Amino acid sequence: MPASLKIKALTKSIWVFHLACSPCNNCDIEILDVLTPRYDVERFGIQLVGSVRHADALLVTGMVGRKVVDRVKRIYEQAPKPCVVIAVGGCACSEGIFRDSYNACGPLDKIIPVNAYIPGCPPKPEAIIMSVVKLIKALKGEK
Amino acid sequence: MNYKGATGVHRNNTEKTSVKFCEILWLNYRTLCQFSGYNMKLLFEFVIFPGFIFTALAGMIVSWIDRKVTARVQWRQGPPFLQPLYDFVKLLGKETIVPLSANSLVFLLAPLLAIAATTVASLILWKAIINPQSLFVGDLIVVIYLLALTPIAVILGASSSGNPIASLAASREMKLYLSYELPFIFSILVPVVKLQTIKLGEIITSQQLSGVVFNSFSGAVAFIVFLLTIQAKLGLVPFDMAEAETEIAGGVFIEYSGVPLAIHKLNRIMLLFVIPVFAAVLFFGGKLWSIIAVLVLIILIRNTNPRVRIDQAVKFFWRSCLIFSVFAIVLALIGY
Repeated sequence: MPASLKIKALTKSIWVFHLACSPCNNCDIEILDVLTPRYDVERFGIQLVGSVRHADALLVTGMVGRKVVDRVKRIYEQAPKPCVVIAVGGCACSEGIFRDSYNACGPLDKIIPVNAYIPGCPPKPEAIIMSVVKLIKALKGEK
Repeated sequence: MNYKGATGVHRNNTEKTSVKFCEILWLNYRTLCQFSGYNMKLLFEFVIFPGFIFTALAGMIVSWIDRKVTARVQWRQGPPFLQPLYDFVKLLGKETIVPLSANSLVFLLAPLLAIAATTVASLILWKAIINPQSLFVGDLIVVIYLLALTPIAVILGASSSGNPIASLAASREMKLYLSYELPFIFSILVPVVKLQTIKLGEIITSQQLSGVVFNSFSGAVAFIVFLLTIQAKLGLVPFDMAEAETEIAGGVFIEYSGVPLAIHKLNRIMLLFVIPVFAAVLFFGGKLWSIIAVLVLIILIRNTNPRVRIDQAVKFFWRSCLIFSVFAIVLALIGY
């Protein structure tokens, strides 16, 4: 299959898997807000899936604690490639207020490769959608 | 996006290497072509019209209608028209992963079995609609068996994947199948009893001559039972507990990715088209408006109900639906 068709189909139908790595759940609630009828991301072909094997994008929230660091790696390896990783929230981007915690192993990009960062504590649904749009543009090679 | 092994975890710890699934398909296609020299028409009918490609495209349109209506019911915009095609093409381009614990032969062949059975079922139904004289006596029974192959293939694929959640989902699918199949067949028996034939072509022609089965009292009761059982056969809400994304994470399809997942999803989409056609043939004599009516009813049931537990579903099918379908057969036998 030609790579351009692959990328076009991928950007038209992104199935996201929601991966919570010891978050405080605020980012998770905002992610669920994005998926509600008010924001209606199914317009862009974005769907929440239950299994990581179906995923095209991993939405990772939370500072990565000692307990989950192995699981994050393993889940990233289980996702079929091509697959993008999006760090949602201040904790996943830069550990936020947990920076000096004894339990913090993050930030996320030390553990798995990250394609997009969404700062905010928690980021607004509009910010999440904007970052997904920017990510789609980057995948297509546009500025 | 080439991060293979970037995390230092060996990929081989969790999964075997990717299988070139497309190559297997291509080989099959070439062998098929070599045999087709003497029977080009049959191949055309199986592959293009009214077989695989026609059913897949019609199923994609039907699936888009389903998603669009669902979106409108939820007061939102919904996906674009080509969305099912984008999903399918995207899945074809993804990596195919076979878990280390899986029986890879059964795991990869199960979706092919399902889609082949659905294609043949669609072929038989459309041939009966286009030319009622063309088929053999007993094709109705063949269609029933072919439609039963999809849940069997899904159960096989899920239980060969070696995932505990998939085996839980396979057991749910099995229980669901055992519970809905008997009312399903009993409700099909009503048109058979009323029209005194098991040939699909004769079912269509005699309904065109002497009024549709649905207009009689027993036919209406049987149609309601049929509508409820096909909801379970299609794996839609309220009977989607085998797939249940929110509780068992995709259930029967949890370990599937890439091309096999694409085939499984395409099979579901094709069934969403084939089964309303089957209902239209049995209860309305194969009229076009009745296919759309059955589809609208399916979508409305799906959008106005919550998911039930598996024990509730078994109780529902074995008590209410079975009693009503037997009642409908008795009514048909005494001439109502």
